[in-house]
Amino acid sequence: MPSRTAQIRFVSSHPEVYEPCDDSFALVDALLADRTNLLEHRPTLCMEIGCGSGYIITSLALILGQEANGAYYMATDINPHAVKVTRETLDAHGVDAELITTDIASGLARRLAGLVDVIVVNPPYVPTPEEEVGRGGIASAWAGGENGRSVIDKILPIADILLSDKGWLYMVTLTANSPSDICRQMRQKGYASRIVLQRSTEEESLHIVKFWRDFDTQGAASDIYSVKKTGHANLVESLLSQCSQLSFWRHNNGNSS
Amino acid sequence: MRLLTHNMLSSNIKGVANGFPLRIEVEKVVEKQVDFNADFLKNMFAKIEWKALVDASRSMGYSELPGDANPSMLDSDDFLQKFHHALLELHLEEGALVCPETGRKFPVNKGIPNMLLHEDEV
Repeated sequence: MPSRTAQIRFVSSHPEVYEPCDDSFALVDALLADRTNLLEHRPTLCMEIGCGSGYIITSLALILGQEANGAYYMATDINPHAVKVTRETLDAHGVDAELITTDIASGLARRLAGLVDVIVVNPPYVPTPEEEVGRGGIASAWAGGENGRSVIDKILPIADILLSDKGWLYMVTLTANSPSDICRQMRQKGYASRIVLQRSTEEESLHIVKFWRDFDTQGAASDIYSVKKTGHANLVESLLSQCSQLSFWRHNNGNSS
Repeated sequence: MRLLTHNMLSSNIKGVANGFPLRIEVEKVVEKQVDFNADFLKNMFAKIEWKALVDASRSMGYSELPGDANPSMLDSDDFLQKFHHALLELHLEEGALVCPETGRKFPVNKGIPNMLLHEDEV
């Protein structure tokens, strides 16, 4: 049986392109574990933002394989070397994707809005000084700015634009990126989320988070807002915040006593 | 670059109001056969800007697409085959995509469009 992920020996490389590493393997393992769901999902357009060596988009195309023959794949990277290396990696595995050298999805977001069924992202998540972000070359593969969130926080609203109603987003995060805060932010946009894989390496603790539009959540969110419209919102919100402050205070108090 | 991708790309230069469709400058076109998938075509039809696809395929030397199209045509195998060929089998290998408003050229090399902007365009 042919392998369902890209083979490291066939993954092309370049001195200015990030090579597959623990984070890439974790994301591909998460996709592989979710294969049955992905096939039932019947995606039409799948996209990787920041494709680097091409290991992940190639693996996604292999994981879905012939059984998802109605699927098309696209991948972007801001690093032109990375896009070329991705082409070589795809070719070496006999799979195909449309490649675009661009910043996240610049030039695509307008026409591709609401059309993408699966987005995979292994973003630059390493906390670095802010000035290291966007310097180009291989640094664009890891330099994430404060808390490693600078680029992640740019990608999320764009992913929200691109994803179809049934769209799924898989993203690599690090504990330092505060995945729970990312999930809260996405919840406000109407997304449910789940950590589908958690893996600690010598250097980092990785979380692969899957997001999907949760129409129940949106319903719940709009319920809150409908309360707001009736004029009780301020009261409700201040009560809620007092409750949480109170429990926080109690908790702290409990700790100190 | 397939015309599917061309149909999804707009000029992303700051201040450009009407950046779609990008005009195609052809240096080299290649054709690559891919499996025909009627479901994919039927899914995509509603999302395709038809006139942009017709003009793009003409600039690539393929003039078999009808000037107008509507969903009833999706029942015709002949139409689907032409749509399939234009959307998925014609590749711009070398050339450029030209912003309709500013004339700025985005190069396409080895089939990969480069949409990166200069600092003064962001």
